[in-house]
Amino acid sequence: MRPELIHDVRIIDTTLRDGSHAMAHQFTETQVRDTVRALDQAGVEVIEVTHGDGLGGSSFNYGFSHTDEMVLIAAAREEARNAKIAVLLVPGIGTVEDLKRARDAGADMVRVATHCTEADVSPQHFAAARELGMETAGFLMMAHKTSPENLAKQARIMVDAGCQAPYVTDSAGALLMDDGRARFEALVAEVGDEAWVGYHGHQNMSFGVANSVIGYEVGVRYIDGSLCALGAGSGNSPTEVLAAVFDRLGIETGVDVSGLLDAAEEVVRPYLPRWPKMDRNAIVQGWAGVYSSFLLHAERAGERYKVPAHEILRRCGELGYVGGQEDMIIDVAIQLAAEREKGHG
Amino acid sequence: MSGTFGFRPTARATMLVDMSAQVTAAIVGPGNIGTDLLAKLQRSKVIDVRHMVGVVESDGLARAREAGVEASAGGVDWLLRQDPLPQLVFEATSAKAHQANAPRYAEAGIQAVDLTPAHLGPMVCPPVNLRDHLAAPNVSMITCGGQATIPMVHAVSRVTPVPYAEIIASIASRSAGPGTRANIDEFTHITGRAVAEVGGAAKGKAIIVLNPVEPPMIMRDTVFCMIGPDADHGGIVRSVHEMVAQVQEYVPGYTLRADPQFDEPRQDWGGNARVALFLEIKGNGDYLPEYAGNLDIMTAAAAQVGELMARAKLEARA
Repeated sequence: MRPELIHDVRIIDTTLRDGSHAMAHQFTETQVRDTVRALDQAGVEVIEVTHGDGLGGSSFNYGFSHTDEMVLIAAAREEARNAKIAVLLVPGIGTVEDLKRARDAGADMVRVATHCTEADVSPQHFAAARELGMETAGFLMMAHKTSPENLAKQARIMVDAGCQAPYVTDSAGALLMDDGRARFEALVAEVGDEAWVGYHGHQNMSFGVANSVIGYEVGVRYIDGSLCALGAGSGNSPTEVLAAVFDRLGIETGVDVSGLLDAAEEVVRPYLPRWPKMDRNAIVQGWAGVYSSFLLHAERAGERYKVPAHEILRRCGELGYVGGQEDMIIDVAIQLAAEREKGHG
Repeated sequence: MSGTFGFRPTARATMLVDMSAQVTAAIVGPGNIGTDLLAKLQRSKVIDVRHMVGVVESDGLARAREAGVEASAGGVDWLLRQDPLPQLVFEATSAKAHQANAPRYAEAGIQAVDLTPAHLGPMVCPPVNLRDHLAAPNVSMITCGGQATIPMVHAVSRVTPVPYAEIIASIASRSAGPGTRANIDEFTHITGRAVAEVGGAAKGKAIIVLNPVEPPMIMRDTVFCMIGPDADHGGIVRSVHEMVAQVQEYVPGYTLRADPQFDEPRQDWGGNARVALFLEIKGNGDYLPEYAGNLDIMTAAAAQVGELMARAKLEARA
């Protein structure tokens, strides 16, 4: 059963989860408290707080967390007076055990994320979430990688397993407007009034906000954003822009635009290591359809093995690597370095 | 290369064994895994697979009959009525089925090699710890990711202390069956535990990723081991190459994509350094497709366990 909507659209802010990628997972408890307080005061309904790769993501492969995510979740729960706290769980990385600990730390909602064709790894996690009394959503990641029809079938698997809101998750920021629309329509038609449909955008080709508006027009009701776009690749649809745009369109989000602008400018901007931007590497990600979280890893591997990061990213796209395969970035860098050596030798 | 690092399970001591003698075996579970395992066991000089057992008539049973093995849909009840009973049984059914069957094998004195996720007996990886469990009534083959990566963790941990090891297994979507998909947490738990307990790391973590790319990707595994800032790099490299050669004895398509990669100590690693190993596991293509290295390494490791158990039985008899 999908929950009642309080406003026309439910804005879900993921500064403290997708933004974790851009922060190389170095969020401090103070940053989390300050950000949650500001988002909560501005009226954001749901705030996601987790390692960028979801529960249990702290690792060699994705980067170790500066502060244990359970500490951050508990701190967020303490600060939020009205907002719900969500966590991300990627089956294969995080487990039901991690979810129980997050629940104990105060998480109200879980978003279970799978590659867009692999939804059948998620039912055990949805079942556990429902048993724990948590709200649920489901991420079908790299949604550009499969057809709208097939994406709808995968959404059905999630909904049947207890997912209240399957998402068109544009992990690579690769969906052009028609690609987005076709997928939104397919999911809305498939789930009917059993669940809401969500959209999670990345700005690699600058379509995050535009696709959010198109999504709303065809029935998408959960929309993700991050303050200052803080997120993987060139970041997410900026929450403050979403709020301003929906306000102009007369679509009720319950969010105070000025409050969010202040939050972005005064709380998040001071701790940004760099403002996510559409540079060569990030555009290549959208263009070649590469998982946005690969960005910093490719830059690091590029430096270590003396090969351009955008070449690494393009090769990752050609080889069809999916979210979670960050280890392959090093492998690709080694292979590219070997090819260069050969070419020059 | 000789066994600088000790035990070599396919010990040349087998020269002493009467090669005309064979140990009898049965496979329970005539699916893809059971069929592939049969192909491998039929190449063994010391194992004679007499029975293939299912619970319903199936293509798998028909394939076994074509291969000259007596096959029945009569389940374990039928198997336990055979005279003589097999000495070894390979279980390729489900965790639930093996939980039910295991006590019956034990009672009948049949040694069981368990390829299911039941994990009742000690977890074994042939070149790492099988010698400790050759006579165990029941052994667990852990998981595909475990069989692929534990030899590497061990290769590092026998040279230098490993406070933490992490493995990432990437497999082709087509090679992940419904059982794996419905219980993916089981993979991460069991493999992470085995990386520590069997591989010799103080702490272990496992990650699995399914990739649907077409044509299907060959199984890939990455092993990250935390090591001290002064660890013996040369020793690690030698140990790793030696272990790769040992695994290749039963999985010919087990290769390192690159030399071990050493990363400098970092503050966020607690001042530790890291070695990264990148593996590709191409299956033998016996019955399963080559890309399904994850399934192949399970059947190949199980066949290797059977081989060594059988030799131990024959040596005991000699």
